[in-house]
Amino acid sequence: MSENEGKAIQVPEQEVITKDEMERTRERQCYVPKTDIYETEQDIMVIADIPGASKESIEITLEKDILSINAFANPVFHEGFKLAYSEYEPGDYQRSFRIATEIDHDKIEATVINGELRLRLPKAEAAKARKIQVKAG
Amino acid sequence: MYRRFRVPSIWREMDQLQREMNRLMKSSLEPRYIGPRSFPAINVWTSDDRQIITAELPGFDAEDIGINVSADLLVLSGERRSDQIDGEMQLHRQERTFGKFSRSIQLPFMVDTNKVQANFKDGVLEVYLTRAEADNPKKIEIKVV
Repeated sequence: MSENEGKAIQVPEQEVITKDEMERTRERQCYVPKTDIYETEQDIMVIADIPGASKESIEITLEKDILSINAFANPVFHEGFKLAYSEYEPGDYQRSFRIATEIDHDKIEATVINGELRLRLPKAEAAKARKIQVKAG
Repeated sequence: MYRRFRVPSIWREMDQLQREMNRLMKSSLEPRYIGPRSFPAINVWTSDDRQIITAELPGFDAEDIGINVSADLLVLSGERRSDQIDGEMQLHRQERTFGKFSRSIQLPFMVDTNKVQANFKDGVLEVYLTRAEADNPKKIEIKVV
């Protein structure tokens, strides 16, 4: 990852959810949050960019092997000001992942700092133990 | 008689359809949101003598964001550092971007640099700018002679 250091940031393209399996009740733009996923020996880390969504608005569910992230950003209004120029539209975030590894549901940790959601999904003991060492005979 | 009545009515309908189509095309060609010119995307809110510039900067630390104002130019800069992971790891997906940015924004007025305020919450930066007193338009009284 270190080769990114010092490089100029390009404008990321925002992917908008236009059609979904379910109709949305909120008349807001809904984005697919930019997400990194990596796996260490103990955990699966899911890191998503959700600028504008407060800590209280984030809903994370893990049902069977489907991890769903829902985050809601409230519309921004500045009293006495009018929006003169706009390059982005604040919106909600929604994304689901299928997690292939068994996860210890009780030890999932989620933190959000500066619009960055970090999910730590510890692998279940059973999944870790399933690794079979091959001994050279 | 019947035909002469019918034909113009069709043309009227056609005209109306064309007007409707033109209206639809025109509205769809004027997007409400302009795409970002460079990183980060900004929104500008204005009032008579104040301006708020907001930008989405997820994952940035407040200490790593620079705000510089001189005269009528605002320069936002910053750096987002990539994660440091100890030990072995396997990367499955990488969509977030890291690195440096710098963006200059031309303001419509000279800024009172003492009154610049900024806050950073949930990855959204808000910069409050106030027009300098000296730059305010001077009202000229008309003397009645």
